Amino acid sequence: MNQRIVYADNAATTSVSGNVLKAMMPYFTEHYGNPSNKLYGQGKYASAAVENARIKTSAALGCTPEEIFFTSGGTEADNWAIRGVMSAFLQENKKHIITSVFEHHAVLNTCAELEKKGFEVTYVPVDEEGIIKLDELKKAFRDSTALCTVMFVNNEIGTVQPIKQIGEICREKGVIFHTDAVQAVGNLPIDVNVFNIDLLSLSGHKIHGPKGVGALYVRKGIVLPSLITGGAQESGKRAGTENVPGIVGLGTAIEDAASGIPERTARLEKMRDRLISELLKIPETRLNGSASHRICGNVNISFGSIEGEGIILAMDLKGIAVSSGSACTSSSLDPSHVLLAIGLPHEVAHGSLRITIGDETTNEDIDYIIETVPQVVGKLRNMSPVWKN
Amino acid sequence: MYSEKVMEHFANPRNVGEIVNADGIGEVGNAKCGDIMKMYIKVENGIITDVRFKTFGCGAAIATSSMATELVMGKTIDEALKLTNKAVVEALEGLPGEKLHCSVLAEQAIKAAISDYYERAR
Repeated sequence: MNQRIVYADNAATTSVSGNVLKAMMPYFTEHYGNPSNKLYGQGKYASAAVENARIKTSAALGCTPEEIFFTSGGTEADNWAIRGVMSAFLQENKKHIITSVFEHHAVLNTCAELEKKGFEVTYVPVDEEGIIKLDELKKAFRDSTALCTVMFVNNEIGTVQPIKQIGEICREKGVIFHTDAVQAVGNLPIDVNVFNIDLLSLSGHKIHGPKGVGALYVRKGIVLPSLITGGAQESGKRAGTENVPGIVGLGTAIEDAASGIPERTARLEKMRDRLISELLKIPETRLNGSASHRICGNVNISFGSIEGEGIILAMDLKGIAVSSGSACTSSSLDPSHVLLAIGLPHEVAHGSLRITIGDETTNEDIDYIIETVPQVVGKLRNMSPVWKN
Repeated sequence: MYSEKVMEHFANPRNVGEIVNADGIGEVGNAKCGDIMKMYIKVENGIITDVRFKTFGCGAAIATSSMATELVMGKTIDEALKLTNKAVVEALEGLPGEKLHCSVLAEQAIKAAISDYYERAR
């Protein structure tokens, strides 16, 4: 009997869709020219393809193509945004950054690195549902604040942050607002002008595009220093021959993702809510994050008295790919900073399971997960010295 | 990341459970760090005739507990005291570096159970 294989880690990465792959293929073999050489056919094709992808990306965000800069991914975009703004404001002696305690490490570790160099960072707390505390955020502004960076959607617990309000506050205070929207793009409608976003990071591989490509939106008027110096690519801001197939893939992926948001949300929310309500029937179980302000594909649940890595391994033995915020899935001894930030005790945070469903998830997959999780949890609890049955 | 042997012990752990009238019980680790191992031993004429474990922890914690029980089952107390974390790791055909502490816990749990056995016998 063939075992069912279920991929339920779509917040980690997604497959490249058939449509995206098809769009990319000619740029490996046929139109392989260097976009910088526009005087002959192959180069012209490649250059036009990059600019076409830029148009598609800008359309998904409501900005102009000139405001889109392609990068190697979300992490690079975050690094560029934060380091770039702070370096640009150095002359004005604005050395303060506001962020949240539960950002992705691409932001947190970049801020930590800048702290070592003498910059100051305020980490705004989040409430127990995993939403940033706006009153605390407002109090964090100083005369020296140059940048506020808050993620659009948390990658572990899927909570949607009040980005529009944060954008308004930043605009009012005259502070640049960056958001890491890697988990939001394709899941939520985004308009950088409606949300008052000045800088936005996104990634291709979370939305059925290829790995190794992302983008940074930079509002017109904000001048970031060049990330990589060299040729004139990306307006001289990020030199180096473009990853043409990757950029084409990102353009197609973001166009596809942005065009089907309402249908996608409706379909995934239904499956997500069934999953949550069934899994919460298991005793000593809690949903992490908000039930209402939650991205359509995210389920994050803690199971008392067991540890997350064991859950993942046992699920993998049943053919289901999921993830966890347990310490044992990282190299540190602490469980997920996100789960600790929403107030979970260490022992509860260790026993968390993140299931992220996506476009390829079927109702049969959900049935299989609902059938498998109680078996896995039961088996591990039977082995646990702290489980009192 | 794990050897086949580790996964085999994780999937089919040996000697899981408790011993009601155990002669020695050892518990090491804490929930905050994400690992607790509890070992139960039954001793007759200086020989470990039964050993059981319960573990809260990752795959390596479960596999090292299982392997440690196998390595001391039927052994004399003196032999069991010679158990090292290295022996557990070798028997499991290796562990990733960041998981070596699990094998140390397994060794300590066995030794804690033997220590408890001596305490009770005094």
